[in-house]
Order: sequence, then C-alpha cells, then structure tokens
Amino acid sequence: MIRDITIGQYYPAESRIHRLDPRVKIVCTLVFLVSLFVQNNILGYVVATLFLGAVIRLSKVPLKYILRGLKPIVILLMFTVVMNLFLTRGGNTLVHFWIFTITENGLRTSVFMAVRLIYLVTGSSIMTFTTSPNGLTDGIEKLLHPLNRINVPVHEVAMIMSIALRFIPILLEETDKIMKAQQARGADFESGNIIQRAKAMVPILVPLFVSAFRRASDLAMAMEARCYHGGEGRTKMKPLKYKSRDRVAYLLTLVYFVVIVAVGRFVPFKLWIF
Amino acid sequence: MEAKAVPKEMIHAEQLVYEYDKRDEEGNIIGSERAIDGIDIDVPQGSFVAILGHNGSGKSTLAKHMNAILVPTGGTMWVDGKDTRDPDELWNIRQSAGMVFQNPDNQIIGTVVEEDVGFGPENLGVPTDEIWKRVEDSLRSVGMLEYRKASPNKLSGGQKQRVAIAGVIAMEPKCIVLDEPTAMLDPNGRKEVIRAVQKLRKEKHVTAILITHYMEEVVDADQVFVMDDGHIVMHGTPREIFSQVDTLKSYRMDVPQVTMLAEELRKRGLDLPRGILRREELVEALCRLR
Amino acid sequence: MSIALEHVNYVYSPGTAYEKQALKDVSLEIPQGQFVGIIGHTGSGKSTLIQHLNGLIRATSGKILYEGQNIYEEGYDMRKLRSQVGLVFQYPEYQLFEVDVITDVCFGPKNQGLSPEECEKRAREALELVGFPEKYYRQSPFELSGGQKRRVAIAGILAMRPKVLVLDEPTAGLDPKGRDEILDQIDYLHRQTGMTVILVSHSMEDIAEYVDRIIVMNRGEKMYDGVPREVFSHYKELEKVGLAAPQVTYVMHELKERGFPVSPDVTTIEEAADEIMRSFHD
Repeated sequence: MIRDITIGQYYPAESRIHRLDPRVKIVCTLVFLVSLFVQNNILGYVVATLFLGAVIRLSKVPLKYILRGLKPIVILLMFTVVMNLFLTRGGNTLVHFWIFTITENGLRTSVFMAVRLIYLVTGSSIMTFTTSPNGLTDGIEKLLHPLNRINVPVHEVAMIMSIALRFIPILLEETDKIMKAQQARGADFESGNIIQRAKAMVPILVPLFVSAFRRASDLAMAMEARCYHGGEGRTKMKPLKYKSRDRVAYLLTLVYFVVIVAVGRFVPFKLWIF
Repeated sequence: MEAKAVPKEMIHAEQLVYEYDKRDEEGNIIGSERAIDGIDIDVPQGSFVAILGHNGSGKSTLAKHMNAILVPTGGTMWVDGKDTRDPDELWNIRQSAGMVFQNPDNQIIGTVVEEDVGFGPENLGVPTDEIWKRVEDSLRSVGMLEYRKASPNKLSGGQKQRVAIAGVIAMEPKCIVLDEPTAMLDPNGRKEVIRAVQKLRKEKHVTAILITHYMEEVVDADQVFVMDDGHIVMHGTPREIFSQVDTLKSYRMDVPQVTMLAEELRKRGLDLPRGILRREELVEALCRLR
Repeated sequence: MSIALEHVNYVYSPGTAYEKQALKDVSLEIPQGQFVGIIGHTGSGKSTLIQHLNGLIRATSGKILYEGQNIYEEGYDMRKLRSQVGLVFQYPEYQLFEVDVITDVCFGPKNQGLSPEECEKRAREALELVGFPEKYYRQSPFELSGGQKRRVAIAGILAMRPKVLVLDEPTAGLDPKGRDEILDQIDYLHRQTGMTVILVSHSMEDIAEYVDRIIVMNRGEKMYDGVPREVFSHYKELEKVGLAAPQVTYVMHELKERGFPVSPDVTTIEEAADEIMRSFHD
C-alpha cells in the first residue's frame, strides 16, 4: 500500500539526534555514505555497523520503523545479491551446479553489496526521520548559500522542496482515494498489457493533476495572504546556529571516518576474510 | 479625485465592483461578468460580522478584497483606513487583515504545526525570540498548544483550521476574515472552529468577519449581511434576518430548525414572536402561551 | 436479495505505530429496497464500513454476504459486485476526468463491457435520474458548478445500474439549497427505481425525514440501529458521543419536561408542529 512508504517521512521524537543542527546531519550523512565505499573488509563494516547502531539508538526511532522503510528496496536488494552472487568470479569455487557457479569472491561481494545498500538507505532515512522537512530544507538552504552569489535562487528552491515534502503524503492519499473511486466504477488497473495499463492510468492522472493544480493555486493564495514575498527581509523562527553538541557530532563523525579509512587501508583485508 | 476623509472603520467599501473576463473555449474574451456589483459595507472595529450567501453569490470574492488578494475593478475598498489599490500598503493591509480559507489542507505550509504558525511572522521579519512568543501564545489561544510538534497531516479537519487561525493570529492582525472555514468540516469540527473564533474575539478583541452558509454559526454576530448575485440583499441583526424566513429561502438560504418550527407554528396561528433563534427561546415562548 | 455483514472486524496498518481497529464486530443486514442512513462523526468507521460493501476494503475477519453469497469466497467476481453495489465517494466530483459529461458517465458501463450504444443509453438514463439538464451533456465536466459536478459523478455510478447505491456524504460542501436538492433527488431515484440506498452522513437533521432506518456508528462499533424515532429517543447518549439528534427532538423533550402533553417521538418539523398544535387544542 502507498501509505506504507516511510522513506523521507519525519518521525517526531525528542532525541539527541533530533536536536542536532540539520547541516550537521546532512554533512555527516554524506560522510557516512562515502565511508561505505572507501573500504571493503569486515572490520570496516563492523565499524560502520557500530556507528550506525549507535546513531539509531540515540535517535530513538524504533528499529521496526526503520526496517519498514527498507520494504521498497527489497527487490533491488535481491537483484543485487543474485547478480553479484552468480556473476562475480575469482577465489575458490564454493558451489557449482549446472551453469551456476558461486565463488568465494561472489559470496563476499554480494553480502557486502547488500549490507552497503541497506546501510545507504538506513543511513539516509535516519537523517529524514530525525529532521523535519523544514529543518532539512533550512539546512540545505544554508549549506548552499554561497551559490546565491552566482544567482542561484537558493531560498526559492528550498521553499519548493519543503512544500513538496508537505504535499507528498497528501497527494499519495489522494491517489489512493481516486484509485478506489475509479475502481468503484469498474476500472481495472491490474490486468492487460503495458499499453492497456498505461491507458488505465488516465482516469487517475487527470483528476490528480486537476487537484494538484487547484491545491497549488490555493496554497499560493494562502501564502500571499500571509505576507510571503520571497526570502527578502524574512526572519527565521528556527535560525541555524552551531552549538557545542554540533561540534561534538562533527568531531565524532570525523573520528569515525578516519578510523574506517585506516581500517580499510592499513589492515590487510586477507586477515579478515572469513 | 477629491480629498476625502479616510474611513475609521476596519473595513469600508463604497460601490465596490469586481468584474472579470469571460472566455470561450479558445480563451478569447467574450464578455465580462460582475462577481461583485456595487457593494457598500461597513465593519466597525471590534465587531463580529457574518456574511451569508449560497455558493456563487460573490461572498468569497468579497472576502478576498478584504486582504487585497483581489483589488476592485470599480469603487473603493478601505481596510484599516488604507486603500487596497495602493501597492505601497499591500503588506500592511495583509498584516492587519488576516485570512483563513476553506480547505484546511491547502493553507498549511509548514510540516510541523509550530513552524506553520511561525510562517507569517517570519515573512513580516519579526525577530526570532518574538516569533516563538507569538507562536506559543496563538497556539494556546486556539487550544492547540499541545500539538505544536505534531505533523498537520495527523490532525483532524477542525484542528487544522484552528492551526490556520493561529497562523493568522501570530501576525497580530486587527481583523480576521474567515472565508467558509467550516464548509469542509463535520459538526464537531465546526463547533471547535466557531468556539475558537469566539474565544479570540473575547481575549484579543479582534474584528471577525465570518463568511459561511451555516446559519447556526451566525447567531452571535453583531450584524449579518446576505449576498446574492454580487449584491447585498439583506442586512441586519441575526434576529431581524431570521425573522424573514421566506425571503431567506428565496436566496437559497436556510434557517435553523428551531426558527423553522417557530415559523410553522406562527403560520398555524400561534402568537409567537418572529426570529426565534435558540431552542430555549422557543420553549419559553410556548410555555408563556399556555 | 440483501447485504449482510457478519462479525466484521477491520484493523488499519496492523503491526505499526498507527495500528487502529476501525471496525469492531459489526453485524447487520440491509434488505433490498431499504433507504438507510449511516451516522457517525469522522473516525467512527462509517466510511471504512461502506468500502467493505463493494469489496474495496477486505475485512480482517468476518464475513460479508451479498445476495446470500460470501464475497470473500475463492473466485467471487469482485468487479461484478462493484457494478451492483455502486459506491459514490465523498466529493465525487474529483474523480471526473473525461472531455465531456456524457463520456465521463459512460466510463462505468464501458468498463462493464457494454456496447457504445448501450453505454450512451444508460448514461442518458442516469443523467436524467439525477436531473442533469440535457443541454450540458457535451460540456466539459470541469466547467460545471459544484452541485452539477456532483450530479454527474452520481450519474457515473447509476449508469452501471447498481442494485444498491451507497453515498458517502453526498452533501458535503454544498450550500443549504444545494444540499436539499441533492437529497430530494436521491429520494426521488430511490422511489423511482426501488434500489437500496445507503446514505452516510454526519447530520441527523439532514437525513431524518428521508430514511427508513438509521445506523449509528461510534468508534468502529454499531451503537444504535433502528427507525429514526427510536434512535433519536437516545438523544442524551448520542449527545455524549458528540452526535446531536435533530433540534426538534430536543424541543419536544424539553416541552414534555415542562408539562406539555406532547409525545417527543417526532423527527421532522411537520410532525413537531402537528404535535404542538394538538397539545394546544386538547
């Protein structure tokens, strides 16, 4: 069901991670994502797991909720695992039957790729779970602020993003409603070839667009009525200011990054294979 | 233009006209239509005014003139002594006359309740500490303070509208224009919103202009205007308006069931006063007759 | 010829933070031809309930029988059920999508696999039933007024010739006259076609004079089920759950308490006036 998608949703709670400056969370998430690709051995993954585990603990977002966010990537995940498992050559052959061969390297690569993918999604969803969309866009706005000088409308782009995030759940719910209404009129979205299925989307897409445009024009009016006139002369309810906890978070992430690079570079990985 | 005294009223319109182009299927202009046709209206500071009318009567168009979302094509509209056609006063007008719209989903900008309420003050350039004070104060006054960290998507319709009202109040307007704020709500949501408006009037002494087609909501108004076809066709106290049941019906309006019952009994020969609005009144009046 | 629910339970998003039991052990039977009102406020489960009737939502447990057949049985034709139990959603005008009114109304019959001539015949018949003027048949549905759009949307369901018509808040957002017009039209087509009509509303006052039976939903449970006057006699309990009986019910009860020889069992203004006049003449 459409409603089950939790990626990108904010999970309100009071935690140390929630309280961090959004810029810290954006930068540290990027660092974490990069860290997954600079190493490729078990000890590296142990370090990454410890770091990610600690962050999840601190964030107070239930593990079950985070895992549910992985649902949409299950197919991608299986595909990656299978492809890597059977197509990677090298190392000792572990299993061989008919045309399939599983090698040591294949097994290692597919496990590591799966872990990487899961950590990638988990790591970035921790950021969205713990940062309100407004915080996130504020963070991006501030981080990209230097681009203002080369005439990039940073404030406007950030505002567009935050409005999109506000309306995604509403439009998803609306899609669900329109689908049901058309099903009640006998519409069939499940059978037929690809062209028939694409045609079956028309009764959903037309009303959805009509409604999206109506909402957009209503919202524009509501924003103007509340004196919105772009970024000029605007103050912030929650201005971003680095506090000591943010510096600590940067420092810890830096330490983590150094450790993981060191582990990846200087510990000969042969030692750590199985 | 001859020099004229600036009106003191919160809202003052003189011979207001709003015309828009009618287009055919290809988008060519084929004529014009008057959504508002020569309206005079006065809303004194601090009063509670209701504007009634069926869908398409022009009441929402009139409301949009009160915060300069629309500007008149004829006549003049003054809001807090400022002519809405003066572009230099635009933001002042919008600050002094805040507006709440019909669809609760399409007017909440923030993804967290308190951030939405802070949106107006942010636009006005209010200092951060002051924004926090205003947000807290206005959420409290609509009874939504405990939801300050909630996502608007998880709220009921009535709660969303109260957040929207708080968002307007945080801009510290002198006047709040509510354009059918209850049309999409269930009876409980409607009551919540009307109660919030009444409380605001008492505590903050704001002028309130309520546009609606629910008669029950206007019983406490100081004045009621009824609109039809771009004109004001009735004007008076709620009692005066509701005593003309047949006229109201001819404008596609309705009266509270109690008023209808009293009217029916009058028609059948009972000597009841006109314009009974509340059920206690009817019971009292009937008891006196026995 | 009826719809029956047997011990139906429905749980939303089971196993998550938002888990919620939307229906609790609901059993009821609606015979063919009845005009039923379902009352409850937002979150009472009334919208969830009606989406079970045509199989759009599948019960977590319990059985639903349409004309004696279990709709959850293997191989049951759900699409046929959907054309027999026509469901008009809240704000149905938002589902309109075709270039003109009549083509939009043809969408349902077309999905039933009928010939273009038959589709058009049924569409015309349906539009007539909802009192939609013929001169606008070729107009874009997006250019109509709110009330007219709603008629077109209802016709879109009627064109499938359902035996049961379910309407979720058909008067939401309309002005008082528009509300009365739509309700009168529904009453008219109920009498005209003899189909079962199930009307979901949050206002007792609006539907009291039309329906044969009222089902009150509260927190996912069936709270009351009976003829209007019987249900309204529980006006004090209804008030406690945030639902109000029609104002006339209150007036009559108060008059009775003040010693008037009136029977408080009335549901409409007419009946109340008759009763009060009688008490004066006695």
